Formats: sequence, structure tokens, C-alpha cells
Amino acid sequence: MAKMILQVLAAFGGTIGFSLLFGVPVRYYLYCGFIGGIGWLVYLFCLPGNSGAVATFCATVVVILLSRWFAVRKRCPATLFLIAGIFPLVPGAGIYWAAYYMVSNQLSMALETGFGAVKCAVAIVLGIVFVFEMPEKWFHRKIRGKDV
Amino acid sequence: MESIQQDREVLLAALEAGKILLENGAEIFRVEDTIYRICDHFGLKSASAFVLSNGIFLTCGDGTESQFAKVLLIPVNRTNLGRVAEVNQLSRQIVHGDYTLEQVRKELERIQHMPEFPERLQIMVAGFSGACFSYLFGGSWRDALCTVGIGILLYWYLLNVGKPHFSKIVCNIVGSAWVTLLSILCYRFHLGNHLESMLIGGIIIMVPGVAFTNAIRDMADGDYISGSVRMLDAMMVFFCIAMGVGFMMAIYNGVAGGVYLWQR
Repeated sequence: MAKMILQVLAAFGGTIGFSLLFGVPVRYYLYCGFIGGIGWLVYLFCLPGNSGAVATFCATVVVILLSRWFAVRKRCPATLFLIAGIFPLVPGAGIYWAAYYMVSNQLSMALETGFGAVKCAVAIVLGIVFVFEMPEKWFHRKIRGKDV
Repeated sequence: MESIQQDREVLLAALEAGKILLENGAEIFRVEDTIYRICDHFGLKSASAFVLSNGIFLTCGDGTESQFAKVLLIPVNRTNLGRVAEVNQLSRQIVHGDYTLEQVRKELERIQHMPEFPERLQIMVAGFSGACFSYLFGGSWRDALCTVGIGILLYWYLLNVGKPHFSKIVCNIVGSAWVTLLSILCYRFHLGNHLESMLIGGIIIMVPGVAFTNAIRDMADGDYISGSVRMLDAMMVFFCIAMGVGFMMAIYNGVAGGVYLWQR
């Protein structure tokens, strides 16, 4: 449990670091970090009992819903929150393991991990495509009550 | 004659806005939308824009408006989402009617020259991010500390050696080989105890997140040409990173017999 909280904090910090590298304005850092942290939390919650791709898909959907929600509230492009927030989910580990098994001559494992990375990438693709198909007004309706 | 001059100024301002958006990592849809909005607001109805991932073709002219065309080649640049946000804000305000053409031009000029963070800070932050991701992928705090160093050295290499001097392919292969070498050294001298987390924390800094995300969004918007070019770009970088890691591991395996890497 403590490990989980620390990991979410690490996702929070790492995401903020990436938003600085991508030149996101300072006033949006906390939102970016929040999105990255929540994305990783969802990923951790979905992981037991599911494949990595399913967990990645769920986390991507949450990350992008949050990005669009903040984008509407802050009146700026969703890309600002999305790009850094999605980083913890990108299959960086898959690339490494595929290369590792390839070099250590365990070709079936290389194929398996490489294919796993591709599946995670496809899960991210599906998540992005589905959530961006949602009509803009769904995100507006939520904030009308608050008069933002 | 004055109206011709006026039309030309509008188109050039729209083109400049599109250029800033495109080179700093906006989606194709947003670039086209911004160009049309600016043209429309200043009364240029016949403008027509064709935007690719590295170029903008912009023309106008019909029976009543003058003919004008411009093609702009836009090299891939470093992403700066702050500029995208600023141009987006500007285009909203233009539509709202807050700006004259002269003010738009000044504002675009200002956005184009917005200061970036100092290089040293960026390098430090890259180390910090790498450490966070190394912890995220199962590292201990010692691995995270090693990754701070690895990330700093990697980003220093990317800014000072890789990007200015090498082509993109070589830059990424050498970069990931560099990360692998540093991680193996840290692992070999028992500074960190999980080779894979140090390595992943390092290479995540090079992962083409912007190209990948934008590729998907472009394809979802129906911009298949730009989407597939950006996807190819992202895939090539992924592949180069894997090549660099594999290359350095194979060398180490040859030199040290792989004892320290495979037996875990």
C-alpha cells in the first residue's frame, strides 16, 4: 500500500518533469501531475486479473477524460495535459525487454514482450480515439452548474 | 490595390500562427482551424489551407478577392506546448474581436520569441523525471538515485551532442546505447540493483510521446498522411531505442561473457 502511494507520487513527479521539458506553462503543472498520478493509480488498480493492455486502456481513458475536462475548464488545448500525462503508460518497459530477450537469444520471449508492447500501444490508440469521439458538449454540461 | 495588400497581410499572419502551432507540436486539425479562423475574422473568405506534418500550403483568391499563394516548409522542431497554448488563446481572442491585424502580428512575434527554460534546469529536470520513472518501473531508491545521474548525462548528450550533430536515427541509437552503458556500469559497480529499472528510467526520456500521441489524434481526425508520417517517426524512434539497447548489451555480453547480466 505504501509502495503504491509512493509509486503514484513518482508518477506525479515524473509527469510534472515531462511537462517542464515540453514547455507547458507553469500554471498547469499541478493538473498535469495530477493526471499522470491518477492514470498510474487506475493502471495499478486494473492490473490484477487483467492483461497489461486492458489496464493501459482503462488508464488511458481516464487520463484523456481528465485532460479534456481540464482543457474545457482552463480553456486551453487538451494536448497540454495529455502528452505528459500519458507518459507513464507508454510501453517503455516493453521496448527494453524486447531488446533484452533479443540479445540474450530468447527469441520467443522477445516476440512475446515485443507483441505485448504493441498491444499496449494499440490500447492507448483505442483509448485516445474513443474519448476524443465524445462530443464536446458532454464536457461542458458538467461545468454549467458551477458556472465556470 | 489596398485590399490586395490587406489580404496578403491577413494570409501572412494566419500562416505565421499556423507555423508556430505546427512546429511546436499541435495537431493538424488545430492548425487548419486556426488559419481559417484568422482569415475568416479579417474578412478573407476564399482562403484554402492544406497542412502536412512538415509544411503548410496556403492560397486564396476567387472572383472578388485577389490571388495569393504561399508554401511554407516547416522543419520538425522541439516541442513547446506553451506556444501552442498561447496561439490558441490568441485565436480565441481574435475571433472575439480583441485584436487588430497589427496587434496580431506583434503578438505572434512575441510568442515566437518566448523564452524557454534554461538548459541547465531542463537537464536537471530530465534527471528527476528519469528517477521518478525508474521508481515507477520497480526500482529501489538506489536505482532512482543512479537514474538521476543517467538522466542528466543523457539529456546533456541529447542537447549538446546528439541533436545538433547527428541525424535523428544515429542520435537515438547512440543515446540509448549511452543510457545502457551507464546503467550497466551502475549495475556492475553495485550502485543500483535493478538494471532494468535504471535503463527504462533513462530511455523513457527519449520515448517519442508527442509524435505518437499526435499521430493517433491526426488519424482520428482523418488526416491520414500526416498521421502516418508522425506514426512512422514515432515507430522509428522506438525501434532505434531498442537497437541501441540491444547493441550495447551485445557488446557487453561479448566483453564480459554476459555473466553479470543474464544470471539474475
